[in-house]
Amino acid sequence: MKRNLLFLLGVVVITAVLLLIGVPVYTMHILVQVLLWGAICSGWTLLGRFGITSMGHGAFVGIGAYGVVLLWNHLGITPWLGVPIAAAAAMLLAFAVGYPCFKLRVVGRNFSLVTMAMAVVVQLTIIAARDVTGGSLGLTPKAQTSAPLLALQFPNKNVAFLFALGFWLVVLWVMTRLNASMTSLSLAASAEQEDAAEAIGINVAREKLKVLLLSAAVTAVGGALLGQYLMYINPETLSGSPVSLQILYASIAGGMYTVLGPTIGSGLTLALTESLRVLFGTRFIGAANTIYGLMLILFVIFMPQGIWGTILSKLQGRTSRRARSLL
Amino acid sequence: MDTFLLEAMINGILLGGVFALLTIGLNLIFGVIDVVWIAYTELVMVGMYAIYCLYSGLGLPLLVACLIAVAFVTVLGALVHFLIIAPILDSPPINQLLATGGLLFFLQSFATLLFTTDFRNIGVRLPSLQLGGMFISTARLLAFIVALIAVTCLYLFLKYTYWGLAIRAIAQDRHIIGLMGIDQRWAYGITSAIGGALAGLAACLLVLQYDIQPFIGNSFGPIVWMNCVFGGLGNLVGGFLSAFIVSEIIAISGYYISTDLSYACAFAAFIVIMFFKPRGIFSK
Repeated sequence: MKRNLLFLLGVVVITAVLLLIGVPVYTMHILVQVLLWGAICSGWTLLGRFGITSMGHGAFVGIGAYGVVLLWNHLGITPWLGVPIAAAAAMLLAFAVGYPCFKLRVVGRNFSLVTMAMAVVVQLTIIAARDVTGGSLGLTPKAQTSAPLLALQFPNKNVAFLFALGFWLVVLWVMTRLNASMTSLSLAASAEQEDAAEAIGINVAREKLKVLLLSAAVTAVGGALLGQYLMYINPETLSGSPVSLQILYASIAGGMYTVLGPTIGSGLTLALTESLRVLFGTRFIGAANTIYGLMLILFVIFMPQGIWGTILSKLQGRTSRRARSLL
Repeated sequence: MDTFLLEAMINGILLGGVFALLTIGLNLIFGVIDVVWIAYTELVMVGMYAIYCLYSGLGLPLLVACLIAVAFVTVLGALVHFLIIAPILDSPPINQLLATGGLLFFLQSFATLLFTTDFRNIGVRLPSLQLGGMFISTARLLAFIVALIAVTCLYLFLKYTYWGLAIRAIAQDRHIIGLMGIDQRWAYGITSAIGGALAGLAACLLVLQYDIQPFIGNSFGPIVWMNCVFGGLGNLVGGFLSAFIVSEIIAISGYYISTDLSYACAFAAFIVIMFFKPRGIFSK
């Protein structure tokens, strides 16, 4: 607990310093995105670290982002209400897919493929409902200029940063709470031997479902905030299977068995993309992802614990694959 | 029966031919090596670009360009195995899935880097056949016939050659095979090369129907994995049949509901079937 407080204190101090010295707008823009994607990836790892590899979290990101903007644009419902509604919708979808999956023991690779199909269905539905959602062209939330915060819009990057930071901290807190919970132990047990876990009285399906719902909600809120921050949502960038893959790769690259790993992973991903863009401009579109793809292959082959996971286990002299460290 | 429905159904069956080719390629790799290549349809994309470069760029005859492209993708298939899959053969299945997912990003972005995201085509368009008020695409008919021939050849290879026997034996029991004096590494390499060859062939057939762009694999990839699981991962006959069933679902729901949602319907059907028949619709 003490370590967590120290960490929180550190974050507050760094934030205060950043805001006082005034960070350039561009840096702030990157930081906000790192925090939001970091939170989304952390939401994914809630489930992913137990060997339940969802390849469909893009669906929840999409429902979060689209739910909020559609409610606001068409019905005038403020995003403050829209976010919980969208999160509930994502949880409903997670339940509809997750309940039969876990009850009927759709596990491993099959679970990945089912969830990926789910993401594809959501993306195609968004594109097909183009009268409401704008189809592949995407959608912009109606700007609320007089009181942007009432519509959860952030013309001021510093405000956006504080929101993203707050959300990210909440997600980290959820992660550490979950780590210390009975649910986590049950799922760790069922990841090793599902039958054995059932035999000692763990309701594996229910525990998995609980974590999936939590993870879907976190991801949906992250997607909603991302949409609100970027003020533009698009079925390619905020839903569907490529986004799902990006989420899980950033988590794996960073290290999904640690708390900070997913954030570090998404930070590195964004840093790589942005720095290559700054270096080469638009001359080499695709260069960033080419390097990224190569890195992913190398990671899976040589560093399956991810960057942060490897650093931590080197530091602690541990080689356990599931180094259950707090930070 | 309505002519349009009949036309949709016939086109669905013809579309199934290419899907069957890809499904069998991926399923063969799965059955023998026990990995799912998420980037499998990206090999098709590479093949299509190869044809584009050879035919439109260098001006080679189309048939020669196609043959070279098939050879190229065959080698690529073997390389994917030896460079990416072989080092992690003993890791959990999900890691192999992830490594080939990295390959997916790599190939798509590398193609973007080389060719940009512009749509390209080789400028060869085959006419449509008119048959009693129905229009049937010649390119699809050709693809269907070639796909059937290729599948037959593969069947004969697996049935009557030494390495075919070895590959079938591995699919049945991978651990005992070393005792029979078969080098697994070669069998895996050959399987991957065959997988690549089928992808290359599919590229030749698809290049006549679709524009080439770096993300074209995304439009076929999920469908092909779905076919594999639908028919039972590793079950070649099941995969072959399910390719036609799935393309019929797409064609018929495209007719009754909307073409936009036809793929969504196929995926939704897939999810439901996975709940009840996780080992494929032909499992007992």
